[in-house]
Amino acid sequence: MKKLLVYLKDYKKESVLAPLFKLLEAFFELLVPLVMAGIIDRGIGGNDRAYIVRMGLCLIALAVVGLTASITAQFFAAKAAVGFSTKLRQALFDHIQDLDFTNIDQVGTSTMITRMTSDINQVQNGVNMTLRLFLRSPIIVFGAMIMAFTIDVKSALVFVAAIPLLGIVVMGITFFTIPLYKKVQAGLDRVLSTTRENLTGVRVIRAFHREAQEAAQFHEENTALLALQQFVGKISACMNPVTYVIVNAAVIVLIYVGAVQVDTGILTRGEVVAILNYMSQILVELVKLANLIITITKALACAERVAQVFEIQPEQTEAQTADDKKTEAAKQVSDGADAPYLVFDHVSLTYAGAGAETLKDIHFTVNRGETVGIIGGTGSGKTSLINLIPGFYPVTGGTIRLEGKEIGELQKDPLQPGQKGLRDRIGMVPQKAVLFKGTIRSNLLWGNPDATDRELWEALELAQAKEVVEGKDGKLDAEISQGGKNLSGGQRQRLTIARALVRKPEILILDDSASALDYATDAKLRMALQGLAGQMTTFIVSQRASSIRHADRIIVLDDGEMAGIGTHEELLAGCEVYQEIYYSQYPEERRRA
Amino acid sequence: MSGRKILRYIHRYRFMVALSLLLAVVVVVLTLYVPILTGDAVDLLLGQGLVDMPAIFSIMTKIGIAVLITAVSQWIMNTCNNYITYHVIWDIREDAFQKLEILPLQYHDTHAYGEVVSRVIADVDTVADGLLMGFTQLFTGVLTIFGTLLFMLMTNIPITLVVVCITPVSILVARFIATKTYTMFRSQSEIRGEQTALIEEMVGNLKIVKTFSKEADVKEQFAEINGRLQKSSLRAIFFSSITNPATRFVNSLVYAGVGVFGAFIALRGGISVGRLSCFLSYANQYTKPFNEISGVITELQNAIACAARIFELIEEEPQVPEAEDAKVLEAARGEVTLKDVQFQYVPEKPLIRDLNLQVKPGQRVAIVGPTGCGKTTVINLLMRFYDVKEGAIRVDGTDIRDYTRGSLRTSYGMVLQETWLRAGTIRDNLCMGRPDATEEEIIQAAKAAHAHSFIKRLPKGYDTVITEDGGSLSQGQKQLLCIARVMLCLPPMLILDEATSSIDTRTELKIQNAFAKMMQGRTSFIVAHRLSTIKEADVILVMRDGNIIEQGNHETLLSQNGFYAELYNSQFAG
Repeated sequence: MKKLLVYLKDYKKESVLAPLFKLLEAFFELLVPLVMAGIIDRGIGGNDRAYIVRMGLCLIALAVVGLTASITAQFFAAKAAVGFSTKLRQALFDHIQDLDFTNIDQVGTSTMITRMTSDINQVQNGVNMTLRLFLRSPIIVFGAMIMAFTIDVKSALVFVAAIPLLGIVVMGITFFTIPLYKKVQAGLDRVLSTTRENLTGVRVIRAFHREAQEAAQFHEENTALLALQQFVGKISACMNPVTYVIVNAAVIVLIYVGAVQVDTGILTRGEVVAILNYMSQILVELVKLANLIITITKALACAERVAQVFEIQPEQTEAQTADDKKTEAAKQVSDGADAPYLVFDHVSLTYAGAGAETLKDIHFTVNRGETVGIIGGTGSGKTSLINLIPGFYPVTGGTIRLEGKEIGELQKDPLQPGQKGLRDRIGMVPQKAVLFKGTIRSNLLWGNPDATDRELWEALELAQAKEVVEGKDGKLDAEISQGGKNLSGGQRQRLTIARALVRKPEILILDDSASALDYATDAKLRMALQGLAGQMTTFIVSQRASSIRHADRIIVLDDGEMAGIGTHEELLAGCEVYQEIYYSQYPEERRRA
Repeated sequence: MSGRKILRYIHRYRFMVALSLLLAVVVVVLTLYVPILTGDAVDLLLGQGLVDMPAIFSIMTKIGIAVLITAVSQWIMNTCNNYITYHVIWDIREDAFQKLEILPLQYHDTHAYGEVVSRVIADVDTVADGLLMGFTQLFTGVLTIFGTLLFMLMTNIPITLVVVCITPVSILVARFIATKTYTMFRSQSEIRGEQTALIEEMVGNLKIVKTFSKEADVKEQFAEINGRLQKSSLRAIFFSSITNPATRFVNSLVYAGVGVFGAFIALRGGISVGRLSCFLSYANQYTKPFNEISGVITELQNAIACAARIFELIEEEPQVPEAEDAKVLEAARGEVTLKDVQFQYVPEKPLIRDLNLQVKPGQRVAIVGPTGCGKTTVINLLMRFYDVKEGAIRVDGTDIRDYTRGSLRTSYGMVLQETWLRAGTIRDNLCMGRPDATEEEIIQAAKAAHAHSFIKRLPKGYDTVITEDGGSLSQGQKQLLCIARVMLCLPPMLILDEATSSIDTRTELKIQNAFAKMMQGRTSFIVAHRLSTIKEADVILVMRDGNIIEQGNHETLLSQNGFYAELYNSQFAG
């Protein structure tokens, strides 16, 4: 929470003024019983009508001043809380945008979305309530006690005994039940996940005839929840009766003390009424305070979770400065006049927190303008390999060099004017075809914000997406709904390819990007890309042998290792894994072979 | 309607309810009585040397007794209310879940599961909140209002009129602010919705944002919405937060009114000072139940609306119950006959008509055809997820409706395209069909399904906990686990519905060998898009629009040069 408080910095004035005005309001409220005591003693006792009217007006004046003070307080509190959460939200969003791929994998996007939305809202609510109420209740409680002292010390001593007792009971019960309520929530979550599992897996559960066991499990969880709820219920049910007893015990003592003091002439009747009034005000405030504590505890827990996201730091840059020596060595190599275009030099990759290497000793060279096919089974490391090219993950062994310069260096080096960053030189078409809410144009411009309409149409034509766009009302300005849900999978895929081509990349990476296309479109797309050969180096990842068989070289991956590299013919002749893949898709050619 | 149904659930706890109501009366009456006693004590404080101490002591004793009885009653009442509420929702949840297990598959296929979950969880919770508030606040609230009114009228009618006339103003003020701020809150939630959508898009697809280096643009976009949200939130929060000070202000006016007016009446001897102070404390409390009750009523309306949604689920028609004398299918030979089967999901759209098929034990049946031709429907009928509308399906000569559902279903090993794993360890998932399997058996099954090598590489091997959607496992890996799960049970018949659709062709080829071994001597039904996986079947059913249009083995079907030949050739045209 402390770390988050910096976002309140710009609202220092508001954060001080809000409680201050609250304090003012409380002060005026505490004067009311005194005025009333005057009415009873001097007005009624002294038969002074004018005084009663004057004091009546005084009560109304106190109410008006109190109202003004408290509205002012509410305004400052709202301003500070909203301003705080606005800044916090922006900072968190900016921070998340700066995370690297490893962080994203570890945290998970759904977690980050929850932190950004519901957690921050809870924090805002907590700050608002704190500024508004947190000072009010203690002020009223202790103020009432002080006022009692000004009237009569003996009576006030009753307050001194009752307040700590009340405080212990109210806070004790509150703090005791907070963790219990968390347990109840966890119990409810278990009931929820069992229910959900039984709905999503209904076919499997019935196929394995597990209905009875599932019902038994639900029964068990539901009963555990019931027991928890009842237990918490019993404890929180104590709150009202116990506080009621304490306050009224104090009232009884006050009546006795008051009676003695009146009898001895120290106190008047009106003053006793005032003291009794102060006592009942205390009870109301303590209950409010208990509710406030619950809100604040929730807000603190949320703040904690938000702060955790802030603590995650992208590691990539650090990791690379650590092996400066290695990069020095790499630089020397690169100074050779005509270094090969792209080199994977004994590269290996272990994901953070993973038990084993995902890529082992990957070693190959690619010349400018070549087309490289990457093929392999499920989980063989194809996507991991191409994710290394734009530096999405830091390599854990070996180096990758583009035009002789190490990838990590390229990312770190400050850009010269007119020079493009590493990622801007690469056009990437990810496996999952995602488009964003907006228009076709706004999506294509992601590739290059300065592209002209003609360039957009060129890219669309290359990506075989021209007829998709021409078929839409509004052409380039056709609406795209969130995630591109108003398009078919094949249409989305072609648009994501066009998006990558709009930036006229030096390197184009297609990660299984033709999977939703039929064979004919896939072939046409490859033909079109072939036309760009020489200007653009292309990586094609696929499970289909037909998609990559015409590539200049094909890398065969098996379980994270390179099982072979070469042209289709070479591999068919000499690479067992490639043969297996190929013949599993073209069984009749095996017979011929 | 659903209100009455809730009452049926509450009826089981009627004695508790009666006790709770009785205690509520005790609590309210005594709570209102204590200020009167206090007022009486104040009246005895006439001045120096004039205080009647014995009378004071007797009042103190009375207050003490009243307070103790109130406190005990209140605790018992609260506990009763908790007991009733939590038991009622426990009963409702049990009934709802029991119903989920016996609802026909039709229900599950036509209802989004998120919606059903929210009925069982969120809606039931809302009912609980409503009930609890109703019990604790509605009855006591109403009693308090009437009790206070009665006590006040008995003490002094004119002052009561002052209280009764001014108090409603605070409720009106609260209403007024609520309606005024409604549009502000709506605009706030619209902007917030816009912001959430942006967060979901840009954080959910963060990797793509980074791929295109669009971080700066996206931040700017966010800042713009965030700025608008700030303005709108400030308005909504500030104006709605005026409610409390405003109602407090009205209360202060009531207090002042009672004070001044009461003082004048006291001057004429119309009321004692003690009673006046008692009035003042009533005036302070009087508005509270009004505000509470209006809250309770909205909450109750909510609860009843939610209850209606739960009862809709609970009252849903269950699947046809099993006959008392239903047979248990054991060690099926695997002879499956479909006779004149007709089926449709919706009455207007006939899907399967006059389907006839004879499968001998151990035969391999492949079902092919274009999307929507009814392949998966046949599986649904074989597993009795749906009952045939006409005709019959027999296993080993007996109509499957005469077997228990459980024994029929466990006689099949089923692998579906749609992979489902439960939250738990890999081991839990594999043992689903055979909780008593030994470690060696598990590993053997995993090896046969080519899942052992990737399981081994997981952080905790077979004890790795996976989340409900399989978490970091790829679609293909999940499918391998589903295959291993069936390999461990080895039931007498098999159903493979697109069982290898997410697995790469090379691994698939290897699994085919395992499948082939498994299918040896077992009646098997295979649905697949890839014709290469079907060629070795004994019988191939070619389906189109719910009918079997061709039937035979690969060679005979190819030589017929019909629909199958067309399908087969189109796949290898590219």
